[in-house]
Amino acid sequence: MLEITNLHANVEGNEILRGVDLKIGAGEVHAIMGPNGSGKSTLAQVLSGNEAYEVTEGGFTFLGQDLLEMPAEERARLGVFMAFQYPVEIPGISNAYFLQAGLNEIRKSHGLDELDALEFRDLLKEKMDLVAIDHKFADRPVNEGFSGGEKKRNEILQMAVLEPKLAILDESDSGLDIDALRIVADGVNRLRSPQRSMIVVTHYQRLLDYIIPDFVHVLWRGRIVKSGGKELALELEAKGYDWIKELVPAGVAEDEG
Amino acid sequence: MSETEDTLGNAGYTGTRVEQSTREIAEMANQTYKYGWSTDIEAETFEPGLNEDVIARISARKEEPSWLLDWRIKAYRQWLTMAEPGWANVHYPKIDYQQQRYYSAPKREKKKLTSLDEVDKELLETFEKLGIPLDEQKRLTGVAVDAVFDSVSVATTHKEILKKKGVIFSSFSEAVLECPDLIKKYLGSVVPIGDNFFAALNSAVFSDGSFCYIPKGVKCPMDLSTYFRINAAETGQFERTLIVGDVGSYVNYLEGCTAPMRDENQLHAAVVELVALDNATINYSTVQNWYAGDKEGKGGIYNFVTKRGKCEGANSRISWTQVETGSAITWKYPSCLLMGDNSVGEFYSVAVSNNYQQADTGTKMVHMGRNTKSTIISKTISAGHGNNSYRGQVMVMPKAANARNYTQCDSLLIGDQCGAHTFPYIEVRNNTSSVEHEASTSKISESQLFYCKQRGIGPEDAISMVVNGFCKEVFDHLPMEFAVEATKLLNVSLEGSVG
Ligand SMILES: Nc1ncnc2c1ncn2[C@@H]1O[C@H](COP(=O)(O)OP(=O)(O)O)[C@@H](O)[C@H]1O
Ligand SMILES: [Mg+2]
Repeated sequence: MLEITNLHANVEGNEILRGVDLKIGAGEVHAIMGPNGSGKSTLAQVLSGNEAYEVTEGGFTFLGQDLLEMPAEERARLGVFMAFQYPVEIPGISNAYFLQAGLNEIRKSHGLDELDALEFRDLLKEKMDLVAIDHKFADRPVNEGFSGGEKKRNEILQMAVLEPKLAILDESDSGLDIDALRIVADGVNRLRSPQRSMIVVTHYQRLLDYIIPDFVHVLWRGRIVKSGGKELALELEAKGYDWIKELVPAGVAEDEG
Repeated sequence: MSETEDTLGNAGYTGTRVEQSTREIAEMANQTYKYGWSTDIEAETFEPGLNEDVIARISARKEEPSWLLDWRIKAYRQWLTMAEPGWANVHYPKIDYQQQRYYSAPKREKKKLTSLDEVDKELLETFEKLGIPLDEQKRLTGVAVDAVFDSVSVATTHKEILKKKGVIFSSFSEAVLECPDLIKKYLGSVVPIGDNFFAALNSAVFSDGSFCYIPKGVKCPMDLSTYFRINAAETGQFERTLIVGDVGSYVNYLEGCTAPMRDENQLHAAVVELVALDNATINYSTVQNWYAGDKEGKGGIYNFVTKRGKCEGANSRISWTQVETGSAITWKYPSCLLMGDNSVGEFYSVAVSNNYQQADTGTKMVHMGRNTKSTIISKTISAGHGNNSYRGQVMVMPKAANARNYTQCDSLLIGDQCGAHTFPYIEVRNNTSSVEHEASTSKISESQLFYCKQRGIGPEDAISMVVNGFCKEVFDHLPMEFAVEATKLLNVSLEGSVG
């Protein structure tokens, strides 16, 4: 479904991704772990087409298509979704209106009829119940005045509405208390399906107690330095990130500049 | 307040207004100015030039009483001694006032029309094409319209229904003949003839406009509106609007305008005067969509307008809401004189300058009575090479104990060739008052745009969404129909501002 080869990317002239290789099959859930600053969000942003990030080498294909030259909105219409680590506020625009606009663009691109406001309302309510969000959030401006946890849940709500083929969840667990974490994880688990792949980016192992990944990868200084099954997360938790330094092939740790 | 909320109540939840027009937005995004055509109609148009004889001829066309001609001449003589204001942050070649035509009116068989059937078919079609049908049956309920074409009013709808409530709504020319006492009493009472260069010019040569009088204790049964259409080339439009809200009355008034696309600049210098007596409320909304000129800044309307309201009575309220998207140059400061105790003045404004448009707009709130309150919310959007200035003055006079003002000016920049400027002037002469001013300038946020795009929304729509959200506070003060219109206009105005 998604194939990343030797991906290098810069932000403001600094090389952040330094050769990422990753293959994700349909229906698989891959966890990406790594210390702060290792490039997890950068990878998520690059995959979803943020132009602030410049791909300098390598690339990736999604459903056999080269995504590199494709603008962000077209990737989204193709089924790439990112739950933002820091969801953005859009004052004056209601959550419902925003999501309806997005969903209709996606539907249009697949030759489906657009939903009118009433049809969309029904759908939205159903999905809100799925992720335990109060219906009144439909009419509040996008993320404005939402608590950290509400923002994260709102991202999962958007995923539930847009039904992507590839969902990239960037630290959807950070800042959540245990109840909120369960709600988010439940929401995500309900959306797991053989047609939907997921990249779950997280700093902590905790989330992976609830969302059981098929694979775990450790990203460090812009490279995947270790991959394994779900036990890798536990090992990482037990041994700490310092442990991965020892895993890195000789020379790699020093060659940053 | 409760009444205002009433009329806005059907707005429903956040974003509804914007939602209404999603589809149209998509269609509009690829359009340019759609009112840019002109009507080919036989007209009586004066030769270019301005002198006392021209003024006398305008007055004669309208069969005005001699006091009004005297008033015009007095204004003209005063105008001759005045200089065009140079303090605004706008730049344009010197206007040759002798090259302008000051009167143009479609020819009529009969002088006085008694019914719509007698109105020239082409004129009716013109307004129909503009989306302003003058046939009462075809009109959306709830809005009466006075249609002004160049220098004359073509028709005024729903006069009979309004009359039953004692509401007078007619063209200015008609009002001069039919209710001279009211005109005599209030004309120039808010904007004196010598107030400023353009107001003096208007007072000398004004041709038509609307007059409204809402009697004591009457809540106007429908919204009133005037639609201004410039058609003739090389002709200025100088209209005059006067609205008087008697004790305890209430009215919503809406104003819209369009013009053909022409390579020459055309002058529009209007004066609007509002008078609110005790407990009266006047809500005045404008969606200004004159032709803005082309992408290179060629052509477009010079919109040099004086609008002022007098909250003369206690507890009176005047609220200005404007969406300024058209015009090559906008010079406009709808203001409130808060004379009555507890009176309230409001100014909600969205001004867009794209391509080479220039806007210098704002307001003046003069607090004279006790416990007077004013609110100013200004949103400016600059794109392309557009230049936008907010200019606002808040004055608290010595007797205005406990006066309160809150001002918020937000500027949004799209691209890096445009400009936004804020010129607040604050003068406080009573120490029990409070004046608050907040201002912000920001570039349109890439992270907001990316967030929209990541959800499948295209770049143009993403901009329109962020900009509409930015303007929401102001759009919320517009009547429903206008809010939808404003949303669409914004998208057209910003067309081509991406990348
Ligand atoms: N927009 C940006 N501008 C400048 N530097 C950035 C930006 N985004 C990320 N970086 C830098 O890239 C590195 C990796 O960041 P990030 O991808 O956010 O890591 P992670 O998500 O793993 O914590 C950090 O050093 C960070 O400071
Ligand atoms: Mg991160």
